Amino acid sequence: MRSNLPIGLAAGAALVAGAVMSAPASADQTLRVVMHSDLKIVDPIWTTAYMSRNYGYMVYDTLFAMDANTDVHPQMVESYEVSADKLTYTFTLRPGLAWHDGSPVTSADVIPSIQRWGSKDSMGQKLMEFVADMQAVDDRTFKMVLKEPYGLVTMSLAKPSSNVPFIMPASVAATPSSEQISEYIGSGPFVFDVENWKPGDTVLFTRNDNYQPRSESPSWASGGKVVKVEAVEWLSVKDHQTAVNSLIEGEIDYIESPPNDLLPLLEGDENVALKVINPLGAQFMFRLNHLHPPFDNVKIRRAALASINQKDFMQATIGDPAYYKECAAMFICGSALATDAGADIVLKSDFELSKQLLEEAGYDGTPIVIMQSTDVNVLNNLGPVAKANLEKGGFVTDLQAMDWQTLVARRAKREHPSEGGWNVFMTSWTAADILNPIMAAGFNAGCDSAWFGWPCDEKMEGLRDAFARETDAAKQKEIAEQIQIRAMEVVTHAHGGQWYRPVAYRSDRLDGVLDGPVSYFWNISKK
Amino acid sequence: MYGFLMRRLAATIPVLGMVALFVFLLLRMTPGDPAAVLAGDNGTPQQIAEIRETLGLNKPIPVQLGIWFSNLLQGDLGQSYFFKKDVTELILLRVEPTVALAITTLVITVLIAVPIGVIAAYRHGTWLDRCVMGFSVLGFSVPVFVVGYILIYLFAMQFKMFPVQGYKELADGFFPFIHRLILPSITLSVIYIALIARITRASVLEVLGEDYIRTAHAKGLPNRVVLLRHALRNAAVPIVTVIGIGVALLISGVVVTESVYNIPGLGRLTVDAVLGRDYPTIQAVILVFSGVYVLINFLIDLTYSFLDPRIRY
Amino acid sequence: MSDLSDLRQETAGLVDAAASADAAARKLSVWRRLARNQSVVIGGAAMAVMLLVAIMAPFLGTMDPAEINPAWRNKVPGTELTGTAADGSQGWVYRMGTDTLGRDTYSRVIYGTRVSLIVGLSVAGLSIAIGLVVGMVSGYVRWLDGIIMRVMDGLMAIPGILLAIALVSLSSAGLDTVILAITIPEMPRVVRLVRSIVLSIREEPYVEAAISVGTRLPLLLIRHVLPNTVAPLIVMGTYIVASAILVEAILSFLGVGIPPEIPTWGNIMAEGRLLFRIFPHNILFPGLFLAVTVLAVNMLGDGLRDTLDPRLEKRM
Repeated sequence: MRSNLPIGLAAGAALVAGAVMSAPASADQTLRVVMHSDLKIVDPIWTTAYMSRNYGYMVYDTLFAMDANTDVHPQMVESYEVSADKLTYTFTLRPGLAWHDGSPVTSADVIPSIQRWGSKDSMGQKLMEFVADMQAVDDRTFKMVLKEPYGLVTMSLAKPSSNVPFIMPASVAATPSSEQISEYIGSGPFVFDVENWKPGDTVLFTRNDNYQPRSESPSWASGGKVVKVEAVEWLSVKDHQTAVNSLIEGEIDYIESPPNDLLPLLEGDENVALKVINPLGAQFMFRLNHLHPPFDNVKIRRAALASINQKDFMQATIGDPAYYKECAAMFICGSALATDAGADIVLKSDFELSKQLLEEAGYDGTPIVIMQSTDVNVLNNLGPVAKANLEKGGFVTDLQAMDWQTLVARRAKREHPSEGGWNVFMTSWTAADILNPIMAAGFNAGCDSAWFGWPCDEKMEGLRDAFARETDAAKQKEIAEQIQIRAMEVVTHAHGGQWYRPVAYRSDRLDGVLDGPVSYFWNISKK
Repeated sequence: MYGFLMRRLAATIPVLGMVALFVFLLLRMTPGDPAAVLAGDNGTPQQIAEIRETLGLNKPIPVQLGIWFSNLLQGDLGQSYFFKKDVTELILLRVEPTVALAITTLVITVLIAVPIGVIAAYRHGTWLDRCVMGFSVLGFSVPVFVVGYILIYLFAMQFKMFPVQGYKELADGFFPFIHRLILPSITLSVIYIALIARITRASVLEVLGEDYIRTAHAKGLPNRVVLLRHALRNAAVPIVTVIGIGVALLISGVVVTESVYNIPGLGRLTVDAVLGRDYPTIQAVILVFSGVYVLINFLIDLTYSFLDPRIRY
Repeated sequence: MSDLSDLRQETAGLVDAAASADAAARKLSVWRRLARNQSVVIGGAAMAVMLLVAIMAPFLGTMDPAEINPAWRNKVPGTELTGTAADGSQGWVYRMGTDTLGRDTYSRVIYGTRVSLIVGLSVAGLSIAIGLVVGMVSGYVRWLDGIIMRVMDGLMAIPGILLAIALVSLSSAGLDTVILAITIPEMPRVVRLVRSIVLSIREEPYVEAAISVGTRLPLLLIRHVLPNTVAPLIVMGTYIVASAILVEAILSFLGVGIPPEIPTWGNIMAEGRLLFRIFPHNILFPGLFLAVTVLAVNMLGDGLRDTLDPRLEKRM
């Protein structure tokens, strides 16, 4: 398969020997973690599920990565050059990159990996529209040639959240993007122990002893990924209270996503630390369906916008003001594209304006079908709040409760609300997914190709295209501002407030928990 | 006897067939779409359509049914949509915790329920009897998850006698294994103890009125011997019946108990699969549970003839 | 869980074969005997109180149980609302605290009585109505008997709770769906009971006589069979009520119950369980109401069985 097979074999054998020698991993050096959910799909390109993304960060590595200031840095890439006409990017990989079986990572692996991701991910698809050709120059160097200048090349390759452009071996990356991969070899800092995987219960990762981290200090997913424990174990615990109890009792070391309402239990414990590792947090989204009355009428959409307000949503779901922020910026307060332009309407309810707009539009009292999920802790209370505010603003509503999986299935239905469709649902996006109007799915107003809700607006699409082509940061920001104003005019969606959820861990045992939009498990040491 | 056995066994086949058909149709009519779940929270409509096609979910329902049934007849339960593993393998991984939980529950139940039932019968009409009967009605009346939370609160968090949650395989040592099973088993056995104490009391009471017990007393046998040798033995048939019918009750309890105590057993597999719309897994698990139910009741019928020689087939 | 009602009945008769030796009492009228039975009196009185609470819910110092108030979420019992309540009154006291949406737990528990009783009574009524018809058909129409009983065996072999979970996700969660989902697993037991009664009665000489003089089937069923099913079905009905209330709570616990907008004891507890350690009131109060009600129904059932039909188990 590869030219230097014997070396690969030797390295593989050494790895196996190392694993045997270090096994059984001493209990002290295994990090026991309860993640926000259970790992189901071990293909982070095939699905956008956050658990699969988190899995990807353990097992795979990325070409570029974003740091805490949302600046992009090379990760697997050692250096890169952009030609003067901004059409040719030449990338050189770091020396010493190797797959878990010992064979080296080459350009021949990278190109199909980018292609597979590019056929699946929305930002990847946008990038591929601009890419004319990719070719390997040698084992460590490859070129990307564009049709016309594109401002988001390295930003795309450093995409921090789903789908992350993880680099996989060529044979694995050759899997059609419609099928799940069935080999789990990466080049990342951890090795997935597929033999000991108990689906729905535990996922075990062991340290990749051959991983060569960068020398820079880590910041988000950029910099050196130095693994300081022998193994990481992800335990699936369905019941949040049970997980919190186990942390207090010391049976586990780390909870990725303890519900905000349970934080008071942990705040009182001197051995437990709460840390907001994702300073940008997450944002609630209030999404309307543009296909069906009454929200096919922009005035009625504006009325809904006038009725809701961020504070009610966040008070009812997060509670403690230390963990939420009213924020008019759709691209996240604290990020590069943050602006208040045109969006302060979401900060407070104006029921009179709503009623007036409804009257002008001739709203006939058609009930608004609001889908409420009842089993995702942080989303449970959004539906009743939306209902209360919309009703005060003059709407008639029909709140329908369902589990999240039913909601996910139903939001994809384009039928009329009375025939299994919907008018409104609410969800939450991690900030890293919505930092610009290309990655944030909510702004896509391409009618049928848009995200659920299917807004249809040529002006919006024109602005997004302009944003993607712009290579100057200051001008990008201007366009982003116009996009935000337009989004509020046509009401593609509304932002329901920015909120934060800390990770909880045993501060008496763990050290070096990193910040980031994702929980990273390198750099953490265990006493 | 042999002919009866064969007839009973043969009779279970249409029952299981009915279960299989029923469950299949039920799932295909539910509104959830596994493809949408698989695509993830940010999955696009195009991605969902693609996944539907890969899974064969866009084929007509009779065709899907045909495929599933023919695989089933070859002993192939299918592959989980999520884990890309055979459902049979997933189920086998989950059998140990559930069986362990069921067995410890039964042991605890019998150890507690039968003695208090016998004592209540023996002290018929006293305050002791009333207490046992009162507890047995109360046992039916408190939902199993409330019992679970109260026990966790008291014994794991206040007195720190047991771990809060989790499961350790028997292979990791007997003490950690049993230590983690005690609270869940007690939780699950409350309703069972209520039932069995009640029926033990009733059966013993009935038997105590019979002539041969009076004869035994008249012979001068001590009370203890009369109770154990004669009364209890004759009361065994209804007790065993209840344990048998109670298997279904146990299955329901297991689903809830496993999620309260985070035990990676079949119950949790079922709930996860239902919420995730993992059709092949749901179908298989329900089929397995039903099979177990039918099988246990079959075995119970057999037990009768050992316990009570008067019953002959 | 639906098997509970089955078991309760099965075990119950045994108790009383021994206990009901009181021959004098047998001669008294049914009503007199009921009034003398402690279980019936206590259970019946508690049930009557619960029914009254359910009917009078709006007049028991409650507010709109669906009224949310994000600023007053997660308050302990006894917290006083400063400012005006939803209905404009001043100085509202949250007797049982509030939930995560700032709804008044007291009002929710009181209104929840309604829903839980509606679920219990509807499930019992529906499963008995369907079970009665299907059971009589099965007992009389010989060629249908085999088919019906195989279907019932199939239904009974699926653990009730799994069946209910699957059925609830069948259509959008709502009161009617939940009632139906609990009814279906309960129903086969009624069918079996009714069928066994029919089968035993058709052998009776007076029924054979009726058939031989050409009494038509519907008349036969109404005149001779129906009266014989009344006592066992009343007893079974009470057990079904108890079991249905519990199953509803479990479905809510697993996230497939009645939508949280409609308060039931089950979903108040399900929503409260996340915060059980900090705010146990959202589990304890509805749990108490639930336990007392189920206890009352069970006692009533036991008492009714003792008085009406002590030999019930022989028919199962």
